[in-house]
Amino acid sequence: MSTDNSVATPKRESLFSKKNRRLLKDPLSDSNPITIQVLGICSALAITVQLQQAVIMSLSVLFVMIGANVIVSLLRNLIPDRIRIIVQLVIIASLVIIVDEVLKAYQPDISEKLSVFVGLIITNCIIMGRLEAFALANKPGPSVFDAIGNAMGYAWVLLVVSIVREIFGSGAISLPGMGQVKFLPQDWFVSSGGLYENNNLMILPPMALVVVGIIIWIQRSRNEALIED
Amino acid sequence: MEYFSIFVKGIFVENMIFAYFLGMCSYLAVSKTVKTANGLGLAVIFVLGITVPINYLLENYVLKEGALSWLNPDFATVDLSFLSFIMFIAVIASMVQLVEMIVEKFAPALYGALGIFLPLIAVNCSILGGALFMQERQYPSIGEATTFGLGSGVGWWLAIVAIAAIREKIRYSNVPAPLQGLGITYIITGLMGIAFMSFMGIEI
Repeated sequence: MSTDNSVATPKRESLFSKKNRRLLKDPLSDSNPITIQVLGICSALAITVQLQQAVIMSLSVLFVMIGANVIVSLLRNLIPDRIRIIVQLVIIASLVIIVDEVLKAYQPDISEKLSVFVGLIITNCIIMGRLEAFALANKPGPSVFDAIGNAMGYAWVLLVVSIVREIFGSGAISLPGMGQVKFLPQDWFVSSGGLYENNNLMILPPMALVVVGIIIWIQRSRNEALIED
Repeated sequence: MEYFSIFVKGIFVENMIFAYFLGMCSYLAVSKTVKTANGLGLAVIFVLGITVPINYLLENYVLKEGALSWLNPDFATVDLSFLSFIMFIAVIASMVQLVEMIVEKFAPALYGALGIFLPLIAVNCSILGGALFMQERQYPSIGEATTFGLGSGVGWWLAIVAIAAIREKIRYSNVPAPLQGLGITYIITGLMGIAFMSFMGIEI
């Protein structure tokens, strides 16, 4: 509470004030949704076999998060407390339907590969979690920053995991619209007389968990404050 | 035999956690002790066993292309499947609420055991995942869909109880400090997933 209410003209916060920058930056490292807050893991692991799927998934989550955060933040004083979960789920589900239909129309083969996981953005706890923890108590402006920050924190883990898995698992990198680019010469592979063999274990689901485990290991050994006991 | 095959497949071969990572959030958050893990696991079996058949009926008599033709032959071309996400999640959220109230009224002991976990389940990906897989795989009858729901539920329960038991024991081991807690849980789950992959390709 400021002491001189009478004269205070409300000072406009600049777009990149310290607070907003923190909202953007914190989720990238110290409160990362996947490695620290344990939110939104299902999709993070299941769709990281190829980079292109991870890119599409990250963009979808970014869109749904910004949309849901803004809508819920605008409605925050109208939503009755008792039914807020259902209201939030309906808002998220509508946004996810938009994403799903757009993907089916413009990226049909990736949409096929993502199968049920686009639908599962609805129950992706990262979105519900941020709505509950942030958007319900804050203005739309900061909510947008929170959404972008958390979606980015989610995205970088997804991208790193999928790059590692795709390089070691298929010896290639793929981007949406470009298809898979194999950068290792064909005659390096055992099948054509070379010495190199793709590690097929990397393509299988369990390795996603191990890769995320290693990311957590690296992150926490660099920042001792995050270590659990 | 068909039912048995779907049931066993749901538990071992297509385990919700190890093959699809569904419900990982609550799996990691609520697996510190076996007792709570058991409670949550039972609640998931319960809710999956109820919501999958209801969503099956919804899918086959309302949402699917031509599903509404029982109402009027003119509706044979109506395709409402784009609404399925919103319908499924609405059914799940309201069923969870309903189940919570019924259990509280008629089985207070069970409510004591499951109570706090039931609301959590509405946002557990494995429930919606169960509904979406049911939609994708097109089970021929409601019995098979229910069996699939129960089987995946049991698979999920098995996974969370197993990891909770391991986490209770690993507290006494000398894990590198940065890996403690979350990190080691991820890696153990990965190793358990590799073990579960040995069930892959089993035909019953």
